[in-house]
Amino acid sequence: MPRADFQVVVGLEVHAQLLTRAKLFSSASTDFGQAPNTQTTPVCLGMPGALPVLNEKVVELAIRTGLALGCTVNQRSEWSRKHYFYPDSPKAYQITQWDFPICEWGEVSFEVDGRLKRARLRRIHIEEDAGKSVHDAADGLTLIDLNRAGTPLLELVSEPDLRSADEAIEYLKALREILVAIGVNDGNLEEGSFRCDANVSVMRHGSTTLGTRCELKNLNSFRFIKQAIEIEAERHVELIERGGVVEQQTRLFDPDRGETRAMRSKEDAHDYRYFPEPDLPPLLVSAETIEAVRRSLPELPRAKRQRYVEQLKLPPYDAQVLTADARLARLFDACVLQFPDAKKVSNWFQGELSRLLNSSGRGADQVKFTPAQFGALLRAVDDGTISNSTAKDVFAQVFETGKDPLAIVAEQGLAQSTDLGELERVVDEVLAANQKNVLGYRGGNLKLLGFFVGQVMKAMKGKGNPNPKTVNELLVKKLG
Amino acid sequence: MSALYELTLAEVSLALAQRRVSASEVLDAQVARLGAVEPRVQAFLRIDEAGARAAATASDARRSAGQSLGPLDGVPVALKDNLLTRGVETTAGSRILSGYVPPNDATVTTRLKQAGAVILGKTNLDEFAMGSSTESCPFHLTQNPYALDRVPGGSSGGSAAAVAAREVFGALGSDTGGSIRQPAALTNVVGLKPTWGRVSRSGVIAYASSLDQVGPFGRTVTDVALQLKVIAGHDPADSTSSDAPVPDYAAGLTGSVKGLRIGLPREYEVAGMDPHVLASVKAAAKTLQGLGATLVELSLPHTGAALAAYYLIASSEASSNLGRYDGVRFGHRAEGVKTLRELYVKSRSEGFGEEVKRRIMLGTFALSAGYHDAYSVKAQQVRTLIRRDFEQAFGVCDVVLSATSPVPAWKQGEKLDDPLALYLMDVLTIPCNLAGLPGVSVPMAPTSAGLPTGLQVLGRPFDEQTVLNVAHAWERETSYFRRAPEL
Repeated sequence: MPRADFQVVVGLEVHAQLLTRAKLFSSASTDFGQAPNTQTTPVCLGMPGALPVLNEKVVELAIRTGLALGCTVNQRSEWSRKHYFYPDSPKAYQITQWDFPICEWGEVSFEVDGRLKRARLRRIHIEEDAGKSVHDAADGLTLIDLNRAGTPLLELVSEPDLRSADEAIEYLKALREILVAIGVNDGNLEEGSFRCDANVSVMRHGSTTLGTRCELKNLNSFRFIKQAIEIEAERHVELIERGGVVEQQTRLFDPDRGETRAMRSKEDAHDYRYFPEPDLPPLLVSAETIEAVRRSLPELPRAKRQRYVEQLKLPPYDAQVLTADARLARLFDACVLQFPDAKKVSNWFQGELSRLLNSSGRGADQVKFTPAQFGALLRAVDDGTISNSTAKDVFAQVFETGKDPLAIVAEQGLAQSTDLGELERVVDEVLAANQKNVLGYRGGNLKLLGFFVGQVMKAMKGKGNPNPKTVNELLVKKLG
Repeated sequence: MSALYELTLAEVSLALAQRRVSASEVLDAQVARLGAVEPRVQAFLRIDEAGARAAATASDARRSAGQSLGPLDGVPVALKDNLLTRGVETTAGSRILSGYVPPNDATVTTRLKQAGAVILGKTNLDEFAMGSSTESCPFHLTQNPYALDRVPGGSSGGSAAAVAAREVFGALGSDTGGSIRQPAALTNVVGLKPTWGRVSRSGVIAYASSLDQVGPFGRTVTDVALQLKVIAGHDPADSTSSDAPVPDYAAGLTGSVKGLRIGLPREYEVAGMDPHVLASVKAAAKTLQGLGATLVELSLPHTGAALAAYYLIASSEASSNLGRYDGVRFGHRAEGVKTLRELYVKSRSEGFGEEVKRRIMLGTFALSAGYHDAYSVKAQQVRTLIRRDFEQAFGVCDVVLSATSPVPAWKQGEKLDDPLALYLMDVLTIPCNLAGLPGVSVPMAPTSAGLPTGLQVLGRPFDEQTVLNVAHAWERETSYFRRAPEL
């Protein structure tokens, strides 16, 4: 099996749309799904005399991203023009950052098969998105929609540090998780707001020289990315095994046929004729701004998971589930402040809360109860005021109405009885009426305890709500 | 009283303020003047009499109500046709923009309108402002009012000729390598190129963005100062516009050059220079010395490389700026094409003229992989050296004095087949653009044949005031500006 002799090498370029209301260089809205060419200004349309004016919000989001990924944020970066003729590029150039990007040298860490790995990020730069060409809209016409033209993008370029398709996928998932958690991107691959091109090559195991790479495009789901990388690596291996040479190319992934096809080779690659954008001054960012953004950064998912396991002593599985949704993790942190037994809170979050969120279709940031109410409810269970099953009913009401749980307990008479005299009388009655089972229990059939508990609880109906724990203890004592 | 059209901008402004004349009467006078001379001068591509009439009426209404928007209120002016005017066709002198009606005004247009100026029309230019004679344009030629068989200079030849022919009291042009100062020199008017960043470029149809700057023409330095005050200042729509405060330039014209150090760069005595022009500059220096200025001979050692650097940088940026004219969204679109490539090639081949194509090709080549370092990077290095030359010069002098154009106006068609000879006409004006400095051209002694010449004053960045002040002192001493063309 020759495949085993080869090592796959992958580098990824991610384009992430930034969550801003206005475009990168114009006041036009970034709203999707609007009528074609309505979200435009003369700047988006490349009209004569129109000049770009930087949306400062974009810079903040780029710095946020750079800091979250451990990059150096350059206090001076520059804008460049990248030239190409295409109808959805209205100026015939894209404003991007070339020689001097805003962020450099960070890393993304991710887990593969339970092992922690890192890939270096070479650079993050800001650039504008193109419009859309709608082919064969009617009568073989191509129509242009420039609503998307000028939408702010971050391009995040990794080093070729990934060694399998699975690593590439985990890298992307970890990167996406961070971008979503810090509020810069919505992470949607299908709608193209998180896009990826993959540079794939192979080399023999033990080699230190990278093979010739091919750039894969049209990868709009994790499944396709994985497929495309594997198929492309296989193609390289077969070529080399047959004595061929891999040509540097840009290739298109065809998911229907399960193959990659050459789009263009190195020779006819675009000459983008970069030069510094004369319509924009260099982008200067003060050290104070960078520090202010740093202070505003939320705890990142990986750090959060680590804290949950190490400090809160949660099982890794719990940490994973709780941090999968940043809103859920925020609520969890607030609730743990009110009720410090993190494992109990975690159980409630994974059980009742998750069930109620699912059935109501609400997000964890839209719940009606306060963390203080949640804490009070768990304390009531803990001190025996209500039983666990009562607490679930109460919580459902709290979730629905936002009413105080202790008020519900009081109004509906749900507090557990502590009249031990009455309870002891009922226990004696039950034991007297079931002598055969008493003998059975004493003879070793300990499972019968459940039967006695059931009988006692039944007999106590209407006479207060005994705490099952107390009933248990009393029965064991009497039967012993 | 002399005819209204003979007044300077400042004079007509005063007449309007004192209500000795109405804006409508001034407009009538200028429309009559246009009727008399425009067929021979052909400074305009478009006259917007209806728009001008409405503006004049509005101005008169303000005056009747005892209000005024300032010294330009009710004054007829003209705009070079690379400055956007909302609802009025704007072509940049190119077929590719024939019929293009902009949805918005340039910031300079807005500011003129807000100051009450009456915009009479759009003036002729070399296509996309690329040229020195207003001959490389597809529509019609503009004649020099002082010699109708000669060029008015360029690229803002239409604006210069319109002011020189007394068709308007002021006009705006744009200057990328001398396109305001050189036509001003050739037509006996004052033309100022402000510091890059002093005036907004928003709504200016770009030729070479890092060099382009809008500036005013007038018959006198005061007229230019009054217009500059209106158009200068920061504009949120142009991120490269400066927020440095805008002084009252006209009020700052002291007429004194006492104690001022005037630099005379030896490199600005170029080969092929007209002997009369050279002698006139030397005489001018002596005159200013007589007024109390000190003369400093100095060197700007990298001047010789400026022309080459300019044509590389300007052409590179032009090749980029003109990519948007692709026939897809606006402007000329070729008929009967079958593919996208054909649409691009045919629309652009039909729409652009020879000179524009020449510069697009030159710029594209200079930016291409493999040539980028040898040309583009080198040109930027030269630019830095030229900027340093001036920084050093301004350590020992306050302004730099030279001729504006090495020669007076030449005959139409004379240099058309020799682009290099035409490029050489810009040799004294180009370094100022590369360094981003302010520069003015002010009328100097005419040749024996009666052809106008111009004296150029360059200053420190954002020191338009000193530049204008020197020109003003010279103008008061010599009065060449009083000379009028025989039309």
